[in-house]
Amino acid sequence: MNENLFASFIAPTILGLPAAVLIILFPPLLIPTSKYLINNRLITTQQWLIKLTSKQMMAMHNTKGRTWSLMLVSLIIFIATTNLLGLLPHSFTPTTQLSMNLAMAIPLWAGAVIMGFRSKIKNALAHFLPQGTPTPLIPMLVIIETTSLLIQPMALAVRLTANITAGHLLMHLIGSATLAMSTINLPSTLIIFTILILLTILEIAVALIQAYVFTLLVSLYLHDNT
Amino acid sequence: MASVGECPAPVPVKDKKLLEVKLGELPSWILMRDFSPSGIFGAFQRGYYRYYNKYINVKKGSISGITMVLACYVLFSYSFSYKHLNTYHLAFLTSEHERLRKYH
Repeated sequence: MNENLFASFIAPTILGLPAAVLIILFPPLLIPTSKYLINNRLITTQQWLIKLTSKQMMAMHNTKGRTWSLMLVSLIIFIATTNLLGLLPHSFTPTTQLSMNLAMAIPLWAGAVIMGFRSKIKNALAHFLPQGTPTPLIPMLVIIETTSLLIQPMALAVRLTANITAGHLLMHLIGSATLAMSTINLPSTLIIFTILILLTILEIAVALIQAYVFTLLVSLYLHDNT
Repeated sequence: MASVGECPAPVPVKDKKLLEVKLGELPSWILMRDFSPSGIFGAFQRGYYRYYNKYINVKKGSISGITMVLACYVLFSYSFSYKHLNTYHLAFLTSEHERLRKYH
């Protein structure tokens, strides 16, 4: 039972070669580009959605922060499409691998912090001590604030991995439980309802993308513009 | 200039499409295809645009254009996990395929 559960999270290979690369490269095929003003329905819908999210996201930044807008919009599109494609049966979700989420979180966080330190060093250092702390507490508080800063990329990566993995696991478990109950037949309807509700709630995996990019945004904002 | 329907000179085998190649010429046709990396990439590009222009880039594209792609993706992923679904577990005395069929 244990080996069975986690088998769907193994990265697929073709004769030892990572086929996960192919699966990561699949979402861009679903998002075409166009050079015309008026397009087909697919492109129109996608462009409308992207405009909506990008306006919402970049509204709170100043000019310097908005230079990151391409990066952040492509990030949210990538994570959203990858997570949604993972809801299809038998598919492999690359964001369940901690390695990939770390590879996304660490460079972005480091870029934001280093940018903040280079441009306004006094403001960046001032983050380590909240206003109005009593004097004896200062050394301890600096250590605590430093730790909370350094743990940000780990938190970003682990948050995404854990949420998606947990959701997939739960769906597997409840699905197999439903199948087992269907012969006994009595509480099976209840469990099927639980699956339905869980799937809907899991489409709040898209909300997780919001959480990811939003957290990233908040960090970028604080370091850059304060 | 010859009119439509007349073929004054025979077309070389290399330029024929697959459905026009006769069975005897099939091995030489396969050998003459361009299997370089740029050739393979060109084949993928042509295939992509063929599907795109037929189903998505039309005035009233429907949801079936993208649903077909997702269905193919599901089948593709199923083929990856086929081996694992078929392995026989000693602890349960069945493979996963047999277990799913038992409950139907």
